[in-house]
Amino acid sequence: MTLMTESQQLAYANAQAADGRVNVELETDDGMVLNMGPQHPATHGTLRIIARLDGEQVTSADVMCGYMHRGYEKLCEVRTYPQVTTLVNRIDWLGSFANEVPFILAAEQLMEIEAPPRAMWIRTILFELSRIANVSLFIGDLALQLGAQTPAFLAFRDREFVLNQIESVTGGRFHPNFDRIGGLKDDLPKGWIADTKAAMGRLRSFCDDMEGLVYGNEIFQTRTRGIGVIPAHVAQSYGLSGANLRGSGVDWDLRRDANVGLAYDQLDWKVWTHPDGDSFSRCWVRLQEVREATKIVDQLCDGLPSGPIMAKVPRIIKVPAGEAYVATENPLGAMGYYVVSRGDIGPFRVKIRSASFNNISIAPWLLRGVYVPDIIAILASLYFILGDIDR
Amino acid sequence: MGLVEKGLLPKPLTKLLNLSRKYSVWTYQWGLACCAIEMGAALAAPRYDVMRLGVIPFPASPRQADLVIISGTVTDKIVPAIRRLYEQMPDPKYVISMGSCTNCGGPYWDSYSVTKGVDQIVPVDVYVPGCPPRPEALLEGIVLLQERIQNEDMQKRWAGETRGEPIVVG
Repeated sequence: MTLMTESQQLAYANAQAADGRVNVELETDDGMVLNMGPQHPATHGTLRIIARLDGEQVTSADVMCGYMHRGYEKLCEVRTYPQVTTLVNRIDWLGSFANEVPFILAAEQLMEIEAPPRAMWIRTILFELSRIANVSLFIGDLALQLGAQTPAFLAFRDREFVLNQIESVTGGRFHPNFDRIGGLKDDLPKGWIADTKAAMGRLRSFCDDMEGLVYGNEIFQTRTRGIGVIPAHVAQSYGLSGANLRGSGVDWDLRRDANVGLAYDQLDWKVWTHPDGDSFSRCWVRLQEVREATKIVDQLCDGLPSGPIMAKVPRIIKVPAGEAYVATENPLGAMGYYVVSRGDIGPFRVKIRSASFNNISIAPWLLRGVYVPDIIAILASLYFILGDIDR
Repeated sequence: MGLVEKGLLPKPLTKLLNLSRKYSVWTYQWGLACCAIEMGAALAAPRYDVMRLGVIPFPASPRQADLVIISGTVTDKIVPAIRRLYEQMPDPKYVISMGSCTNCGGPYWDSYSVTKGVDQIVPVDVYVPGCPPRPEALLEGIVLLQERIQNEDMQKRWAGETRGEPIVVG
């Protein structure tokens, strides 16, 4: 199956290495250079951080991203509208369904179609399920990075119940590709609602376990409380969103403040914030959000309206010329799609605003002056996904 | 162990040695993208527990690994790191390519920054198709690889003469 000879392979690899090479020296005039990554267990993928150290303290840190750049924006230009959802699924791979929704909403806005209420509610259910699948793994992974193995096993175990529910509706554990312009592909299967409610109960007990096991743990608290503090004005000036912003005490949630096309305005739920702005508060806000999401799903299951799941949509989807920007509150933060259409079957230009790219942009500011072991704790609490950074 | 290096071992001993290699596959996890999570679900999670197959998924470095599972999108920027990883592993070494992106580029077949297939960089023993493959598929790939290890002719393998045709799961 090998397409090239070995010498060609090596030449290719060397050429690529020359591109990515950075001078990393152990001893420089101003201390030591510590290179983390591009493959490091604590970086959720292939992020590379080059930290200059003075003893145990970081004097400056550079984030090198781009190891997972897959050219989404360019690829979107050569796909048709229904094909784009297949691609954008894979941006934030832990909460895949949530990536499709803003794009579909933007396309619907341009076509002036609105999904029927039932489709809207099921969309919201799947949106919250993907949030739970995403953030529950974060909690396990967070503990893993601070040296505790058990929570990761528990997170993987209980997350499977959510994935089962997503799979039984969409057919995909990971990448559902289920959202369509004008509604959804299929209705819910029989007996799904009862199963989902049981799974939500299970997830709530998982949250209770984690609250005692991880968040109540003294070592965890010592390693996160007062570490990596982001004041509210700094968080806003760096464009943070999601739990990173709410962990700094800013009460801003797109689900409540700018709800487009999802059923959040008809539900009773709460936006959690924490005033401290340190690593602990960011993690704590995420835990509360998982718990809140299970309650949202319960409410949605109870009040699910009947009716069609697909609006009237032409067979070949051509989107009229125009521009639309739709953002939603994804598991990682605000994610938006700016879609420019010229009346073709595919978008002319798609700009993707993903949450992690902005969230990681604060890392050089945040890592200055911290100790080396805290780099891991801070990066873990910032919570980014490489596909979401590099796209 | 001069005999082992030459591969001149009596057949029962070869079988025994292969059996012990088969059931102690130290696996290095090279997780790059979405597939990394499914690999984590297969290797480090209770439902698909891989250790029952005799696979040890946590070597500290590629220098201690027999098998590397490359899972996720391989971009041109990460290619040198993968090549270096492969060169660091001791022989006999095996590679599982997990997921469509690693096999052939997958949904990014026309992307400017994605390497279309990790087999351009390192030789691959098992291809696991899927986007991402279910954890069961990865486990099947590992089991098929173990079967191959069991039946391997060490003289040829250790001399680097043949790797055999790659296995495709499914």
